[in-house]
Formats: sequence, structure tokens, C-alpha cells
Amino acid sequence: MQPVADAPSDTPHGPLVEARDLVKQFGGLRAVDHMSIALHRGEMVGLIGPNGAGKTTLFNLIAGSLNPTSGSIRIGGVEVAQERPERRIARGIGRTFQIPRPFAEMTVLENVLTGSQGQSGERIWTNFLQPGRVAAEERQAVEKARALLDFVKLSGLEAEPARVLSGGQRKLLELARVLMADPETILLDEPAAGVNPTLLELIIDRVLELNGQGKSILLIEHNMDMVARLCGRVVVMAAGKLLTEGAPDDVSRNRTVIEAYLGEVAA
Amino acid sequence: MNPQLIMDGLIAGAMIGLGAIGITLTYSILRFANFAHGEMISWGAYLALAASSLFGTLSGALLKPIGPFSFGWSLPLAVLVAVALTAGLALLVDTLLFGLLRKHRSAIIIMVMASFGASLALRSLLEFIFTSKPVYFSKALQIALPLGGGLRATPDQMLALAIAALLVIAVHILLTRTAIGRSMRAVSENQQLAGVAGIDVRKVIRTVWVLGAGLACIAGVMAGLLVQIRPYMGFDLLLPLFAAAILGGIGSVPGAMLAGLIVGLAEALGVQLIGAEWRAAVAFIILVFVLLLRPQGLFGRAE
Amino acid sequence: MSVELVAYVAFFLTMALTYAVMCLGLNVQWGQTGLFNVGVAGFVAIGAYVSALLTTPDAPDRFGGFGLPILVGWLGAALATGLASFLVGWLTIRLRADYLAIATFGVAVTVQLVALNLQSVTGGPFGIGFIPRPFANLAGDPLAFSLLNLGVLIVVVVLLYLALEHLLRSPWGRVLRAIREDETAALALGKNATRFRLQAFAIGGAIMGLAGATQAHFVGFIAPDNYVPLLTFQVWAMLIVGGSGNNRGAILGAVLVWGIWAASAGAIASLFPPDQQARAAALRIVLIGVGLCAILLLRPRGILGEERVVSRHLARLKPSHRVASRPTPPDS
Ligand SMILES: Nc1ncnc2c1ncn2[C@@H]1O[C@H](COP(=O)(O)OP(=O)(O)OP(=O)(O)O)[C@@H](O)[C@H]1O
Ligand SMILES: [Mg+2]
Repeated sequence: MQPVADAPSDTPHGPLVEARDLVKQFGGLRAVDHMSIALHRGEMVGLIGPNGAGKTTLFNLIAGSLNPTSGSIRIGGVEVAQERPERRIARGIGRTFQIPRPFAEMTVLENVLTGSQGQSGERIWTNFLQPGRVAAEERQAVEKARALLDFVKLSGLEAEPARVLSGGQRKLLELARVLMADPETILLDEPAAGVNPTLLELIIDRVLELNGQGKSILLIEHNMDMVARLCGRVVVMAAGKLLTEGAPDDVSRNRTVIEAYLGEVAA
Repeated sequence: MNPQLIMDGLIAGAMIGLGAIGITLTYSILRFANFAHGEMISWGAYLALAASSLFGTLSGALLKPIGPFSFGWSLPLAVLVAVALTAGLALLVDTLLFGLLRKHRSAIIIMVMASFGASLALRSLLEFIFTSKPVYFSKALQIALPLGGGLRATPDQMLALAIAALLVIAVHILLTRTAIGRSMRAVSENQQLAGVAGIDVRKVIRTVWVLGAGLACIAGVMAGLLVQIRPYMGFDLLLPLFAAAILGGIGSVPGAMLAGLIVGLAEALGVQLIGAEWRAAVAFIILVFVLLLRPQGLFGRAE
Repeated sequence: MSVELVAYVAFFLTMALTYAVMCLGLNVQWGQTGLFNVGVAGFVAIGAYVSALLTTPDAPDRFGGFGLPILVGWLGAALATGLASFLVGWLTIRLRADYLAIATFGVAVTVQLVALNLQSVTGGPFGIGFIPRPFANLAGDPLAFSLLNLGVLIVVVVLLYLALEHLLRSPWGRVLRAIREDETAALALGKNATRFRLQAFAIGGAIMGLAGATQAHFVGFIAPDNYVPLLTFQVWAMLIVGGSGNNRGAILGAVLVWGIWAASAGAIASLFPPDQQARAAALRIVLIGVGLCAILLLRPRGILGEERVVSRHLARLKPSHRVASRPTPPDS
């Protein structure tokens, strides 16, 4: 069930996403410290590490929300480290946020629709010059958005403003919203945090299904069980650095990891 | 270049610089562009005028010019009163308006808009009380003394420059060498953290208003002494003030003063080259170039 | 009702509707995008002067006019002002929020200065007269003339309203709302926030320019004095009173505030002796200034408030607007 150890081959240029020697400095704090990570096509990799290890910051760098102080990020072989964030989705990178960021006053369906890419109705004049084309595209988009809401079991709520959703539902909404953009690679920041067991199973299920459809996934998660169930390979970060990486079982038995991370739970 | 132009530019620049210090402080600590700051300049000038004539009626001796200057002891006394009153006015506006908006956690841009409303109300109130007719501290004409190198200045002008220089140094020392100055810088770095670290944020805010309004009042008195007093005098200075605050780098007191002098000199040069009626456009051109080339200003940090 | 009264009411409403157009423009910038423009008067002036130059008959003592049809003048006004807004926005929108405010303030000051001093183009302090008025051939019949002019303004406002609502409910409007709610999330979804803001700012500016042009052609002459900061302030008061973010609110606010403004002129003037009228005018501005601050404090959402907009093709879903007060609905 898990695409383990030998990852499928990639672009001719190497891995799908590859970060090398990334550094992110916040004033005196080095949140990411010469960190490297690679994600291959179709792979699902877990990213774990104690609180404050720099996982979310690494995500922000890969997703373009932050620019690295130094280092390189290649997506499909193209260097993108200093590119603006809104360009990243066109490169096939979609992300969710650790603390979900739905558009609170917009309806659930509209939230998902904002994920659609390249709609001609996003250009001012097309709305007046080719209203038929805009409407047709919008109908297609709505159909797709509804299917995605179905996929994350939010269909009944599509006309409600997103602010009424519970924490877990917001995570699912974000997932549907980013899927609307058809990203090749999805970065999931703690999709299961604060989610009740039923929703958790749903999320695990959906993530597995997406991976089965061929999407590459990088997953930050504190729930080791979940990581073990989902990921063939786990990367461990601590204090902004790469601590180790390997199969989930090996990693959770690794002494340094236990000291840095699991040890703090056991203590 | 005409040396006299340098003198005019320096004097206008000193007034702009004093006003810009207030703008830059409110901007860096209260975090909004205060469009009502120009009104502190006008109110300062009118309050000083009112106090000075009051002292004059109390004792005619106070009106007798001091040494080479055009004014008597009534003016320095009045300035003390006016500085206090202008600071009080700023604190009053903060209590009635900005403080309440802060409590409602209003967006920054709502504060900007409120300052715009306050500016209009305060200015028109001056017009209501004093009418729009220009008034003067003193009608006496002063002879400009040669300073060498073709430079000439009246005693009033030289005094204004000296006072501006002293004030900038004093404010700079206050900000860098005293406890309240350190608190102010901490709040400008990060208000929440500073609050958590036990800094009295409200005291810092009060200090900002008192300092900004006090300097504005003195700038207003200088403008009134060297030019004239009108309800629009502060509002007309607003664009140069913003240009100087941004050129100097938001939050930098020496930057604001230096930039004020640059704006003042550029205006004087502009007046010489294209005519006095275009003076106000000079600040706009400077503003555009700063935003285009170096939006963080001379002494500001890039975001 | 007497003919004079009808003509007066028509005149009043026409004037109010020119302000409504400005308000609609400001609503695109502020209400829908959150961009603060302190130079409304300057942008309105650009539109007024451009249209006047394009449409007035050739004048020997200044550049232009070109004697073009009124509609060309209006179009030119909207384009020129849109372009000016685009440049100002391009310069500042990527920077901190209030730099835009400061820059637009600078634009207003500079436009005022140019209008006053560039005599060979703008006519200097006396401005430009003989701006062609729509239906000028009917000027002999005040009633028909004023009603037809009112009709023109109503058509302009209705068309603009429909176009803006259309846009607001389009994918473009949806992205704009998303950016306003959470820029980081919108960026992560590939939306170029700066571009959308800039577009909104330019459109709003173009509408203000159009407003300036219609007003100029309705009044028949323009001068720098018409475009002082007070105008900016009035338009702001109108939008805030009506409810920013709401196009109907923008129109309502314009009519209402213009009504209060016109009425207060009479009321305050009657309280002061003739030689104190300048003072009376100043007092009126103080009251409006205080009023605006009070609204910002007490009822920042205005009379109508912002309405929840849903994209066109979803409108028939009609969500229950009161869901906010209910507990989270169960997962279905
Ligand atoms: N924008 C920022 N400015 C300053 N410091 C930051 C910023 N973002 C993150 N940090 C700091 O960087 C460090 C790493 O934070 P990050 O959010 O990446 O950790 P994390 O591994 O995701 O932790 P968690 O498991 O708790 O989510 C923390 O010390 C955090 O305080
Ligand atoms: Mg995190």
C-alpha cells in the first residue's frame, strides 16, 4: 500500500521539488538552518520535528510565502527561490496552512472556487465582452468545486459562510480549495491537528486517495501513527536542521530522534 | 547658486524638519500617517499669538523688543504656554478620537481617515475663531545682517535656526539616552512585545503626542514669526512634512531633520528655477522619487 | 408643484448624482479593495479639466479646446484619470498601506497647483467656461432642460451601478474579496494581489474622472476652487454614511449628505449676520468633520453597511444570511 524506499523516477532534471541548503533568518533567529529536502514524483513524505523546529517555515519557503535568506529551491528543475508567492501555484505547488485560512465571509463553495486557475472572468473586460464564455467557465468551475466538496464531505454546507465551519472542517475546506487548482504537489501542514477521530479518518483516507491519484505530498504531522500509515519516508528536523531521514519505523527507533523529539514526549 | 537661496531653504527646511519629527514619531510608534499633524503647527502658532497678546496687554513692557529681535519677552513666555496647550490639544484629540479607535481595534487606515477628519475640523475651527485673514506676531521690519559669503539673515532667522538645531539634538538625546526613549524605541519595534516586557505603552503614546505637538507648535511659531500666521499654514506644510518623514526614513529623528532641510533647500531651488507658485510641487516630486527609488528612506530599514 | 420647485429638485438631484458617481468610484477603491484615497478631489479635477479641454470650442488664449462631442470628453476624462490612478497605484500599492494615502494627497495638491498655475492649459484661477451642456438647445425651457439633465445623470448612475455589480459578482470580484479577506491565502492560490488592487484603484479613479466630467458639463464652468480638499472630504463622508462596500449605500449616502450639506448652508447662514458668513461656512465644515469622526467611532459600517456578495452563478442558492448566530451546523 505504501510506495516505500525506492521512489519512482522523476523529471529528467531530478526530483520534483528539491530544496538545498536553505537558510531563513528572522532577526537573530535562524529558523531554517542549511536544510535540504527532496520530494519525488508520486511520493508521500512526512516532515516531523519538535515544536519550533522550523517545519512550517520550511513550508513557507517552498510554497513561496517567504523568500529564503540563502539556498536554492528547484521545482521541476527550475530555480524559484526568489520568485513571488503567487507564481508558485502555476509551478504545481499547492499548500494548506497550519492554522487554516479560509475566506471567512465568503461561502464554502466560493472559497473552493477561488482555487480555480486561469478563469477568463478574472479579467475585467472579459466579463463585459464575453459574458457567455465567463458563465460557461464558471459553470464548469462550480461543478468541479461541488465534486471536491463532496470529496471532503462538505457538500451540505456549500452555501454557508466559511466562518461557521469547525476547525476540522476548515482543514478539509482548505484541502478542497487547493485541489481546485490541480497542483501536482501538495504541502499539508498538520492536516490532522485538532481534528476529531471521525474527521481524522476521513482526512487520512482522502490524503491516501490523492496520493493514489499520483499527487506528490509533503506532510507535516505530529501524529506519528498517522505518519507511519501514510508515508514511506520521513524527514526529521530539529532546530532548523535536518536531523535524519528514513523509513518511519527506523526513524522512530533512532536515538537522536527520540532525544530531540519523541524523548520530550516520553519525559 | 544664489547664497540667499541657501539661507531661505535652510530656514524653511528647519521648520519642515521640526514638523516631520512629529510625523515620523507618530508613524513609527502609533503606526499611522497622521494628517492632523499640520493642524498642530497652525494651532501652536495661533495659541502663541493669543498668549503673547494677552501678556502684552498685562504689561506693555513685555512687548519691548529684546535686543536685535523683532519681539519682546511676551513671545518666549507665550511659546511656553502655547507648547503646553498644543500638547494638551494633541492629548485631547487622542483621548476623544485615536485612543477610542485604538480601543475598538480599528484598522490603521481608519485611523488615517479619522486624522483626515480631525484635520479638517481643527483647521476650520481656527478659521471660525480667527477668520482666514493672515496675522503677524510683529509688524516690525527687520534688517538682514550680512554673514559673509553673500549670505544674509535677520536675527530672528538666525535664532530660529539655532533653536531648531538645539531641539533636534535634545530630542535625539532623549530618544537614545533616556529610559523613556528606550521604551519608545521598544514600542516602535514591537508594541505587543514591549507591553509584555513591562513597558508602559500608554506613557509612550502620551510622550509621542506631547513631543510631536510641542515641536509642531515651535515650528508654527517660527513660521508665524518669519512669514505669517494663517489657518492653512499647517495644512500647506503637510506634503513637505510627509515627504521629509519618508525621505528621512520612518522613525528616524535625525533623518527627519536632515530630510526637512533637503526638502526646504529643494523648494528654495525650485522657487528660484521655476517660480514661487510651484513651490508645493517640489515636495511631491521628492516624494515620488523616494517612493520610486528608496521607499525605506535615507535612514530607514527595508521591510 | 410649481415648475420652479420641480426644476430646483431636478437640479439638486442632478448635482447629488454627480457626487454619487464619485462615491461609486471611491467605493471600488475603498469599500471593495481597502485602498485609501485622500486625493479624490484631484482625480475628479483631472476628469473635469480633460473633458473641458476636449469639448470646449477653440480658445485663442489657451491650449485647446478641441470642440469634440461631449461623450468623447467623458470617455477621455475616464481614460486619463484611470491612467493617472494607475500610475499612482503602481508607485505605491506595493508599499505600506498609508503611502498610497500620502501619495494621493500629493496628487490632489499638485493637481490643484497645476490648475491654478498652468494658465495656458487650465485657464488659471478663473478656470474654463463655456463647457458644453447636454441639451443646451433646450436651455430656454428650464423644466425640460433640468429634467433631461437629470435623466442623463440617472442613466449614467444606473449603468455604472449595474456594471459595478456585474463586476463584483464576477470571478474578478471574487478574487478581490478573497484578497481583502486574507492576502496570504489568496497569494498561495496564485492570485496576484498587487495586480488586482491596482486594477481596482484604476477603475475607481476612472469613475471619479467621469464624475468630474459629468459635473463640469452639468455646471458649465470649472475653476480650481471647486477641487479643494473639502470635496475629498465630502465624498468620504457620503460613502461612510451610506455604507462603504455597498454600491446602493454609496448612492444613498451621496444624496443624503448632499442634502444635509445644502440644507445646513441655509440654516447656519441664517444664524450669522451677513459680515460673518465666512465664519459660518467654516463652522459648517467643523461640524461635518466632527460628524465624520463620530460616524467612524459609532457606526463605522454606515446606514446600509456592507452587504454579503455572492458570485452571480451561485446567487440562486440563497444562503441563510443569519447562520452566523446559529451553532456550527452538523457535518452532513
Ligand atoms: N515570521 C516570523 N518571524 C519571526 N520568527 C518566526 C516567524 N515564523 C516563525 N518564526 C520562528 O521560527 C521558529 C520555527 O517556527 P516554525 O513555525 O517553522 O516551527 P514548526 O516546526 O512549524 O513548529 P510547530 O510544530 O509548533 O508548528 C520558531 O522559533 C518561530 O518562533
Ligand atoms: Mg508548524
